[in-house]
Amino acid sequence: MSTFVAITISGLALGAVYFLVASGLSLIYGLMDVLNFAHGVFLTLGAYAGWAVAAHLPQQHWAVFLVTAAAATATGAVVATATELLLIRPLYGNPVGQILVTIGLDLALVGLLLGGFGSDSRSIQVPGWLTAVTTIGPERIPNGDFAALGTGLAVLGALTWFLSRTRYGIIIRAGAENRDMVRALGIDVGRAFTVVFAVGGAAAGLAGLLNSVAFSSGLVSPLQGDQMLIFAFIVVVIGGLGSIFGAAIAAMLVSLVQVYVTFYAGSGGGLAQLGNMSVVLVLAIVLLARPRGLLGRAA
Amino acid sequence: MTVTGGSGMTGIVDRLKQRPPAGPPAAPRSRRVAAAALIAVFALIPFAGFTVPWVLPGPADIVNSTGTLDVLGLGFVFAAVALGYDVLFGFTGLLSFGQVLYFAFGAYGLDITLSVWNWPLLPAIGATLAAGLVLALVLGAISLRGRGIAFAMVTLAFAQAGYYLIEDNPHSLTGGDTGLVMSTGRLPEMLVGVASTRNLYWLALVFLILVYALVSLVTRSQTGAVWLAIRDNERRAEVLGFRPLRFKLASFAVSSLIATAGGMVYLLLVGTASPDSVASTTVTVSILVMVVLGGAGTRWGAVAGAMVYVYLQQYLLKVAAEPSFATWPAVFRVPLSQPDFLLGVIFVLFILFAPGGLSGLASRVAGLAAAGRSRKEPR
Repeated sequence: MSTFVAITISGLALGAVYFLVASGLSLIYGLMDVLNFAHGVFLTLGAYAGWAVAAHLPQQHWAVFLVTAAAATATGAVVATATELLLIRPLYGNPVGQILVTIGLDLALVGLLLGGFGSDSRSIQVPGWLTAVTTIGPERIPNGDFAALGTGLAVLGALTWFLSRTRYGIIIRAGAENRDMVRALGIDVGRAFTVVFAVGGAAAGLAGLLNSVAFSSGLVSPLQGDQMLIFAFIVVVIGGLGSIFGAAIAAMLVSLVQVYVTFYAGSGGGLAQLGNMSVVLVLAIVLLARPRGLLGRAA
Repeated sequence: MTVTGGSGMTGIVDRLKQRPPAGPPAAPRSRRVAAAALIAVFALIPFAGFTVPWVLPGPADIVNSTGTLDVLGLGFVFAAVALGYDVLFGFTGLLSFGQVLYFAFGAYGLDITLSVWNWPLLPAIGATLAAGLVLALVLGAISLRGRGIAFAMVTLAFAQAGYYLIEDNPHSLTGGDTGLVMSTGRLPEMLVGVASTRNLYWLALVFLILVYALVSLVTRSQTGAVWLAIRDNERRAEVLGFRPLRFKLASFAVSSLIATAGGMVYLLLVGTASPDSVASTTVTVSILVMVVLGGAGTRWGAVAGAMVYVYLQQYLLKVAAEPSFATWPAVFRVPLSQPDFLLGVIFVLFILFAPGGLSGLASRVAGLAAAGRSRKEPR
């Protein structure tokens, strides 16, 4: 029983990281119909920025880790903004071209990271608390799980606030409903596109750092983003393309299925990847029963 | 190359009823002669024992060296697979991210039947093709319930599930992470003996020619015309009385079957199947890059794109492996050592500045040349 609680918490924490990645993907897709394949590399670049900053700062302090997290977030946002301005903007009205250009960008940047850092992982320096374990009654919960969960909830709250209370949030929601109408009202939707990329990139950069800290024992590697991206895609499709709350629910569903199956069925039978495969099965079932996803708009 | 003429709906109906059926017209004579000459040149390369410095992708500078023949053979296989993908993406407008699943099925299917179950070659090929077709029909029917991006994501997920399955090595069938080496016991002497390199090269070339013929046939048929109609406007094709799902499934099946066959030829050529080289999503991405680089929906574009891609990838690896390369400054060395970086940059530049790919560039050049000629002879 005690392992069940620990696994559930670990699953929810993984779900929080999935949510950070998927929320940006879903927002971008909802507003612009662009499926961003470069989202994975935003994540990786965020993690590398965190690694680089942490390596130059004195370790073992909370404030230092906050600076590290800020660097990861800012890097994600900057790279995403540049992507939107330089690569996506020239291809407005050509959604397939936009998808393809993000694929090319991902290929090029991952190649560059592999060339610069090699395929070996780097280790991020983090405060000791983050790698320790908290004992609550019979449970032993890694503190990284709490950090991921807390960040996930905070980002969900911040995104909800942003989308419902700020001017750009409202433009983004309106644009996702009916882009042409927003344009007809004289509002510059193009700037909202850049904002949505920046917000999504920021969440991805932070997710990259969290993923390394909480689930890869502090390691950063050039391919980590693309591995995560596939699950984020599955989360976005299950949740319904364009829906933030759909992404949040689907992220938890996917991560819990993944950790339960891996723990209870995967370890004994020699099928280590059964958890990952069951996630694909969940996707197939959801799509057969409900092709537009849990909370997606009608096509 | 759009289906619709100026007259909208009636344009499609007329073209579907007309003979010759819609789709690009049959190649003019000059192009057929050029194609025959090109095939002849490639067929004779194994006899070309002379030296060409610098440009060859293999380690030796001799044209018919094993390394160069291997790279060209690999290029033929991927050209055929890219052609198959072009049927789905370029001619039917379906963006799939799961093409690698059928390629992996071909490679591992043949590998397992030959090496683990010890079947004779022909039944092994037949069973792999048949099972690959069933897999494509079942998974295609499920994936095609989603449209656009949802379709792309579901195909990606299935392919990823296949990758995990192969990595897991169920019943010690796939060899897991390290892959499965093909046992040559059941292969004919010509494919394993001393002359096997050139025989495999010709096998890959013949395979590419057959696939090209098949793809030309289906894309120029009535079915191909409906594919184009679906690509350009699915709802209109539906209103005209065609059932898009059936035609899309047919396109998916043809495309997947070519990938399965390509996986088998790949296995014969390379002699081993490993998850990262035949089953990972990066393979799908490279197939997609090949097709777009060459120009989607043009057939020869996919072939040219694949040949350029495979050549560049192998050539850059060769350059990066040279000892003098280590002395280059890091600014050049780091990007140049990664073929993926350069291919990614080239790909992005093509999408931004030459969306028609190599074939688009070629027809632009041809158009300019024709314009120049007509200016010289104003008649």
